[in-house]
Amino acid sequence: MKHLLHQFDKAFENKVRLGIMSALVVNDSLDFNALKELLGVTDGNLASHLKALEKVAYIDVQKQFVGRKPNTQYAATKTGKKAFGAHLDALEALLKAQKQTQ
Amino acid sequence: MQKTDYLQDISEIRSIMERSSRFISLSGLSGVMAGIYALIGAGLAHWCLTLYRAGGLGSYRTVAGYLFLIAGVVLLLAIGTGIWLTTRRAREQGQRIWDATARRLVVHLMIPLAVGGIFALILVGQGYTGIVAPSMLIFYGLALINASKYTLTDVMYLGLAEVALGLLATIVIGYGLLFWAIGFGGLHIVYGASMYYKYER
Repeated sequence: MKHLLHQFDKAFENKVRLGIMSALVVNDSLDFNALKELLGVTDGNLASHLKALEKVAYIDVQKQFVGRKPNTQYAATKTGKKAFGAHLDALEALLKAQKQTQ
Repeated sequence: MQKTDYLQDISEIRSIMERSSRFISLSGLSGVMAGIYALIGAGLAHWCLTLYRAGGLGSYRTVAGYLFLIAGVVLLLAIGTGIWLTTRRAREQGQRIWDATARRLVVHLMIPLAVGGIFALILVGQGYTGIVAPSMLIFYGLALINASKYTLTDVMYLGLAEVALGLLATIVIGYGLLFWAIGFGGLHIVYGASMYYKYER
């Protein structure tokens, strides 16, 4: 059991970060407001988790202008998608292992 | 951490993936209403054609005008009711109506549909009236299949059924109105009702 927990990605320990990645793997890119609405979190909370994911290069940040309004688009990187997949595999393996021990 | 936590994580991941990539507020009732309008429209069109064959109602052009008017009113009523019911449902679910998923759905529905509409107009202009109804069914079905990736998967099966019906109508030409009534009336009512019972009850 313990070795399975080692495969868990530290970056995904938080629910908000897990949510961000879930949304970004099925969309080419999403902007800040779309993510905020989807996850139902505050600006500050979302911004700090986005920064954390950006730091480990799991997401890509594109700043652009729509008319005169600044708009920031977020997309999952290849590394991020791979890490997310591995995390899901680990979750699945853990649940399977728990089922067997019960 | 408990097992239930992980299970909850997984169900949350799934829910976010669904909500962020598909427009799921589509109302089944709007399909039922569209089907009812189509059946009424088909009935009126049939009545017009019967009158025309009996010598009433004047020239071919006048009848064609009436038929276009009926088709236009049916289309407008169906779209209007669809928007109204879907908006109401989205509001009940606390979802936004005009978000990225809705835009994607409309764009992917409209491209094949617009091509089909123009194609049907050209067919009428060239006098190939026999294959207008079949080609409308086929294009509508393809539009639904194309758009189904961005909404409930059930829409794909409706699309496949419309395409199959359209192909059948191309083989037995001359029953355009009947196939039109089955495709836009009957199938809409059946699929709309099944979606309503599946998701909205």
